[in-house]
Amino acid sequence: MALNIIVCAKQVVDPETPASAFRIDPDTKQVVPAQGIPPVVNGFDENAVEAALQIKEASSDATITVLSVGSGFVMDVMKKPLSMGADQLILVDDPAVGNLDAFGTATALAEAIRKIGEYDLILCGRQASDWDNAMVPLGIAEILGLPCITIAQKIEVSDDGVTVHKALSDGYEVVKAELPAVVTITNELGEPRYPTLRGIMTASRKTPTVWDASEVGLSHDQLSHKLDLTELYIPVSDTECEFIEGEDDADSGRLLALKLREARLI
Amino acid sequence: MAGILILGEIEGDALGSITGELATVGQALAATSGDEVAVALLGGTPDSFAGDAIAAGADKVYTVADPLLADGQIDAYLSAFEQAVQQTSPSVVLIGKTELGRDLGPRLAFRMGVGVAQDCVELSVDESTGRVSALRPVYGGNAMAKVTFQGDGIQIAVVRPKTTEAPEPDTSRTGETQALSVELESSVIKARRVDTVTQASEGVRLEDATIVVSGGRGLGGEEPFETLAGLASMLGGAMGASRAACDAGWLDHSYQVGLTGKTITPDLYITVAISGASQHMAGCSGAKHVVAINRDQDANIFKSCSYGVVGDWNKVLPAFIETVSELINS
Repeated sequence: MALNIIVCAKQVVDPETPASAFRIDPDTKQVVPAQGIPPVVNGFDENAVEAALQIKEASSDATITVLSVGSGFVMDVMKKPLSMGADQLILVDDPAVGNLDAFGTATALAEAIRKIGEYDLILCGRQASDWDNAMVPLGIAEILGLPCITIAQKIEVSDDGVTVHKALSDGYEVVKAELPAVVTITNELGEPRYPTLRGIMTASRKTPTVWDASEVGLSHDQLSHKLDLTELYIPVSDTECEFIEGEDDADSGRLLALKLREARLI
Repeated sequence: MAGILILGEIEGDALGSITGELATVGQALAATSGDEVAVALLGGTPDSFAGDAIAAGADKVYTVADPLLADGQIDAYLSAFEQAVQQTSPSVVLIGKTELGRDLGPRLAFRMGVGVAQDCVELSVDESTGRVSALRPVYGGNAMAKVTFQGDGIQIAVVRPKTTEAPEPDTSRTGETQALSVELESSVIKARRVDTVTQASEGVRLEDATIVVSGGRGLGGEEPFETLAGLASMLGGAMGASRAACDAGWLDHSYQVGLTGKTITPDLYITVAISGASQHMAGCSGAKHVVAINRDQDANIFKSCSYGVVGDWNKVLPAFIETVSELINS
């Protein structure tokens, strides 16, 4: 069966940036990207691309469109899903959508999805590693009036719709919905595949479709913030670590146990 | 539009602890705003929990009873709670960041076209504007963001569990209970849960343990976790792991501590070969004392530690376990 899959992906500051290189500009209230550390595709979004590729492999006739909304895209970064095997990339690239809250982002993505027109399954990462909101996919589902299933560790598509194993803290739920539907993917689904050399070559020949905000039909009012960011800061830890140093590593281990007993912690 | 409305949660045959926690948060806001704190209880027969909600800190209880709410389908809950919000027009809605709430809160906000703050750890009211500000961890806990609700619409805050303690039930408290009637059709359920598979954990639950012992990627394989499990059991605690160790397939993801894993609040948290990425620390910020064994003295974990050993776990751990065993058995 022909299946149109849209994967929403976000370009984010590399979450592996060492804490010592993590900086905030208090005036603009934005994270300053560390020098020499390029942005990445949000990790859970790569899991969503992986889920789409697995569905495509199982169903033979599927098209995977990767969609992103933002500004300042690094093309080599955003092409990674193409090099993993996605078919096409659409970027809504406009300063007007460069600094949205979750409400604005969901609105922009939903309008872009309407413009794409044909879709059966919308996959997203469970949350983005910058704002950790886990809200945008829920917003897309509400705006488009679609069923929504979150935190899928397993996903299967059949003629009846989509069946998901939704991860819980102590197991999982089996959840079913008809298509089209929005499903968010978690890392439990499995590691995203590495791009092959052939994939990278194919991706390099593909040109992304780029839309600006007006082409998607977005108005300023639709994108206004519901929440105002009043402060962004790095929390200071008030904990002082007491380092236990013995004559050698084994001695340190022994002294640590004695210290914990002295502190009545064990 | 006035008042604070809490989405109560019923777990099995008891009121969920999140409901009492939210009542505490709501009463703290009410101390500034003067609002009434109401709890909405949704379910097949939620009335029997109304007294518990009042004892937990509610000034008033709204009950919404419908057979479609009996088995906790989120789409039915969302539809019913939206109607409860419309009927009671609160200025603030408090929802726990539980399996249900983390999805229901944002969906309600998008549906009603109002603002929502996800994963709040602290809430306050601006006395001049009466608008709520929320503090929330972002960038995996590397940063904190303070956000304020714009405009004058309903303010929905999804609150992280265990950021406040649920109060001891006070059965001397009194309050009114009012039944709300909602229109609910089975067609609102568009994503349907058809089965729940629970993996029973052995021994003490991670979330409830007073001592937790966790290992990370630095352990290099499955085997050292057996040693850690032995230590955890000797201490009467539970074992956890970092996401990297779970993603590597050494342990099931049910052991994962962190932002997208379990949130733990032990008195003592012993970590072995865990670097302390913010993603992990977000799940253990409620630990009273963190102890780390790590070979990298610059590892982030030491910033949150009470006690630390810089060294090779292969050598530190056996001596540590042997001494712990002697101390416990003496």
